[in-house]
Amino acid sequence: MKENILIIGGGIAGLEAAGQLLKLGYNPIIVEKSDHLGGHVADWNRLFPDMSPAEDLVSRLIAASSEANIFLNTEISFVNRLKDSWNIMLSNGISIITRILLFATGFTLFDASKKEEYGYGVYNQVMTNSDLEHWFNTGQDERIPEEGPAAMGFVHCVGSRDEKARNPQCSKVCCITAVKQAIEMKQKFPEAMIYCFYMDLRMFGKKYEDFYISAQKDYGIRFIRGRVSEVSENIEGKLVVKAEDTLSGKPVKVTLDLLVLMSGIVCNQQTCKTAGLLSLPIDSDGFLKSRDNIADITEAPREGIFYAGTCTGPKTVPETLAEARSAALEIHNYILNGM
Amino acid sequence: MDFGFKISPSSAVNLDNVDLTLYNRLLEAEPDICKCIACGSCTASCPANRFSGMSVRKAILNLQRGKEKETARMLSNCMLCGKCTMVCPRGINTRHLILSICKLYKEEAK
Ligand SMILES: Cc1cc2nc3c(=O)[nH]c(=O)nc-3n(C[C@H](O)[C@H](O)[C@H](O)COP(=O)(O)OP(=O)(O)OC[C@H]3O[C@@H](n4cnc5c(N)ncnc54)[C@H](O)[C@@H]3O)c2cc1C
Ligand code: SF4
Ligand code: SF4
Ligand code: SF4
Repeated sequence: MKENILIIGGGIAGLEAAGQLLKLGYNPIIVEKSDHLGGHVADWNRLFPDMSPAEDLVSRLIAASSEANIFLNTEISFVNRLKDSWNIMLSNGISIITRILLFATGFTLFDASKKEEYGYGVYNQVMTNSDLEHWFNTGQDERIPEEGPAAMGFVHCVGSRDEKARNPQCSKVCCITAVKQAIEMKQKFPEAMIYCFYMDLRMFGKKYEDFYISAQKDYGIRFIRGRVSEVSENIEGKLVVKAEDTLSGKPVKVTLDLLVLMSGIVCNQQTCKTAGLLSLPIDSDGFLKSRDNIADITEAPREGIFYAGTCTGPKTVPETLAEARSAALEIHNYILNGM
Repeated sequence: MDFGFKISPSSAVNLDNVDLTLYNRLLEAEPDICKCIACGSCTASCPANRFSGMSVRKAILNLQRGKEKETARMLSNCMLCGKCTMVCPRGINTRHLILSICKLYKEEAK
């Protein structure tokens, strides 16, 4: 009989791992709490750095893992430890016996309404990075005027690098996402004046710096170094944004028609609950704690439990996919050698 | 009337009112200017900086914030030695840029 491997989460990490485990001759079972596969990437439009359609990637991963057992709208209800395996009870009443669990539970987007000074959910023209991707996909969002915004801004580090928001870490993908989205908006609305308010620009990945240079040179995006301190509304219903231009040491003020908040990547609270059922430790940044953050990032401190993707911290799509493959190989080795 | 104090003008920059006409004309001649990443290499290498506060970084920033007079005042301290051009990581020909700015402003002053 083929060995069962329970994968929690059907985002790109879970799908990629399932595809690899199928090829290795195992029986992966995906438990996904939402009604669709692909996780966050299924909500995105085009992916940096090549601007390839997110939909293509997700459908390719779904096709490669179609032989797996997949339960949508399902979660883990409780877990019983047997002698050398687990009996996992799912919310749909099915129980699964497995020696191996793979967490691919991903992240949660920071709730931007917690940063009250930015006015998300208060002013009509404030949206998040995720809302903007949704608009790229559907064209539907009342916050974006049909003729386009005359002036708009992107606020970096919303709920990241923010001890008060209890997320001191950097979310890693939002600088490049802001620059990508700024370029996309300029392509759609060439007349728009577009500002990025940043503290540092963390353009670490392949071709990211090229995006930045192109945003400056080909699209005339204006970068202002300074964290937005407050957003208010004037009598005409436009947004007034204040920040310090820390390069000149002077306060700046600008009136905008649209403001996009770059919400950060934070740990998925529900994952922590599931991890609690298995007494798995949480790292100081709130994400799942690996056995070792250098050499064994895909292994839990507990035997038979593995991690892939953003459940252990912010990651890009290629990093997530590489980790999923690596976790599949670790699982294969574990089954072959019992280690 | 003398109240014993005076209101100093706000130092805040209102980006809504910044007049970028001249900056945009400069962009045509020097498209690389918008590639500046404010690293400050130019300022640190400038022999005139110590005596006069000359800084290409600040000159560019002031233009972008509509403070042309401050840039013009600053450029009068430049000796056109070209050291800043040698160190700029974004490959901006800063010396040429300085000359272009001067030319544009001279035309403007006529
Ligand atoms: C605005 C934005 C834009 C981005 N754009 C790009 C880009 O262009 N290029 C790029 O490389 N990266 C991009 N990223 C990063 C990318 O989204 C992540 O790398 C990717 O989503 C990570 O995949 P994942 O499978 O680890 O997690 P997720 O996408 O979060 O998927 C996790 C899945 O697990 C499910 N799940 C969670 N908990 C449970 C549970 N307890 N039980 C059952 N199921 C559960 C969830 O419902 C979800 O389907 C972007 C990120 C953001 C925030
Ligand atoms: S990637 Fe950029 S925007 Fe995101 S948290 Fe890090 S510095 Fe801030
Ligand atoms: S060219 Fe002018 S600005 Fe540049 S280093 Fe020489 S003196 Fe300084
Ligand atoms: S060296 Fe070049 S990039 Fe750096 S501040 Fe000067 S002009 Fe800008």
